[in-house]
Amino acid sequence: MTHASQARKYEARHAPEGPRAATSAMIASLAAEGYDAVPAPFGQALVELAKKDDRVVGLSADLAKYTDMHILAQAMPERFYQMGMAEQLLMSAASGMAREGFLPFATTYAVFASRRAYDFIAMAIAEENLPVKICCALPGLTTGYGPSHQATEDLAIFRGLPNMTLIDPCDAADIQGMVPAMAAHPGPVYARLLRGKVPDVLRRHKPDYRFELGRAQMIREGGDVLVVSTGIMTMRALDAAVRLEADGIGVAVLHVPTIKPLDRATILAEARKGGRLVVTAENHTVIGGLGEAVATTLMLEGVAPQFRMIGLPDEFLEAGALPTLHDMYGLSVDRVAEQIKAWL
Amino acid sequence: MNATDRPLHGSNISLARRAWAIRRHALRMGQVQGQGYIGQALGIADVLAVAYFHTMEYRPEDPEWEGRDRFLLSIGHYAIALYAVLIEAGILPEEEIETYGMDDSRMPMSGMASYTPGMEITGGSLGHGLGIAVGMAMGLRHKKNPAFVINLMSDGELGEGSTWEAAMSAGAQSLSNLICIVDFNDQQADGPSTQVLSAEPVADKWRAFGWHTQRVDGNDIEAVRDAFDAARNHDGPQPRVIVFDTTMCKGVPFLEAREVNHFVRVEAEEWDRALAILDEGQPQ
Repeated sequence: MTHASQARKYEARHAPEGPRAATSAMIASLAAEGYDAVPAPFGQALVELAKKDDRVVGLSADLAKYTDMHILAQAMPERFYQMGMAEQLLMSAASGMAREGFLPFATTYAVFASRRAYDFIAMAIAEENLPVKICCALPGLTTGYGPSHQATEDLAIFRGLPNMTLIDPCDAADIQGMVPAMAAHPGPVYARLLRGKVPDVLRRHKPDYRFELGRAQMIREGGDVLVVSTGIMTMRALDAAVRLEADGIGVAVLHVPTIKPLDRATILAEARKGGRLVVTAENHTVIGGLGEAVATTLMLEGVAPQFRMIGLPDEFLEAGALPTLHDMYGLSVDRVAEQIKAWL
Repeated sequence: MNATDRPLHGSNISLARRAWAIRRHALRMGQVQGQGYIGQALGIADVLAVAYFHTMEYRPEDPEWEGRDRFLLSIGHYAIALYAVLIEAGILPEEEIETYGMDDSRMPMSGMASYTPGMEITGGSLGHGLGIAVGMAMGLRHKKNPAFVINLMSDGELGEGSTWEAAMSAGAQSLSNLICIVDFNDQQADGPSTQVLSAEPVADKWRAFGWHTQRVDGNDIEAVRDAFDAARNHDGPQPRVIVFDTTMCKGVPFLEAREVNHFVRVEAEEWDRALAILDEGQPQ
């Protein structure tokens, strides 16, 4: 039996010329043209941290290899715990280790942490404000496997959770900086993770860039548009800004790697610099993420620039090759530049 | 373990007397609110008496002492039972019975770690305790701390998938410093646990997950004590589980007879009657 509400997609969906087969759906690393790449920055930073701090332990739910946790497991096997394909246990056990004085870093995919293990993160970790550091690969639309692997609403889910700090890093610099910052923060943290070869973007645009927890930073100035972006969308915004500059459009980029607590003061100060179109950009559904958080911040303070949001639609997304999907859903550099231009 | 580390254990107060006192404290708390999970408290009192006055190491004046055995109340609604034993152990003052479940009380209706000394975790979202216990047992072993983690769960929690995630991991990791105790009273919110889901064969399930498994009458203090001793002293690498068959409302026959007793209704005048019946059987 099929309900009328179940719109099936069985019909042929490829383009008339046939399916494009240039890129596979699952990619080891996020491509970013023109940037150097850093191998496994999360795993490397975690090993560095663990060498300095005996309290640091790593746990994974059968995804050590796919979250760069295997770097710690190989370098310091006595500090790594394999919890098996059991995300509820992963979070509960991390909570238990935190109670015994450890600083557990727990990794899985963002979909599994946010959807399957939520109650355990809420009650076993956040309610008691325990210092568990949850680091999750495949955030937003960074895989073409379809909705089972695409964590398009993880930030919305965790933003509502008291005590939780949320980080959406852009690149290798953010990841290298956030690992020790997470350890230094006394409470629980949820961080999105880029794995494998991670582009080194922010330092190219701002050589002295350093991640600071809770702080939004101007990466680039511009007089026509202010993009307030997080995660990989800062990368897209910077590339789009370079392209738009050639068309005489000045695009400033304010990078907001910490989603909660939000650096409201910096966002307000930049949005108050009058006349600029304000555009938020996030690798996340437009519901409950950075865009709505910025909109609320502006509205509560009576700051009312022209305002637009770039983000994923309120849909279960398609499967396919990631570049195709980023084009389809407006996250590619081309589409970001095109949307901004159209709004001016 | 050195018996001199356990001042309470050297007391000449019998375990039966401790269990009686736990039941009495719980009934008095129930009377304050006119309600509560009194059936569970009366049923588990003998197990708690043995755990706190025979088995566990702790310091009443320092509930966070690093050397303590950790007791996790996965079933948050059994808080009334744990408060009763914490009072009997001198971790909570008896005067606070009058505050049970009230605004600003340290004894809320469902157990929370941030409210109550001696309450290790915030329970109540069922199926959490054993996973947390696994992590604590991992942590203790990592620190080379010889303390035990004891997790109290209900038969209803056997229905939570997370229980079996934790059970499989504890077996795989040979967490011999973990003792899980299952209160098998065959009552959950919608009916008998053996009918709501297939709780049986409960002991075989645990054995299949690699646990040292015992099943005993949880209202027979001698049997409970022997089971705790066997769990603690077993020299194999397995985690240990004791399934305690208990009778809801044990010790107050007219309440035991109530047919549906997950949340026992006790009329206002019945609290004094229940206390009187309990006092008639006061052990030495």
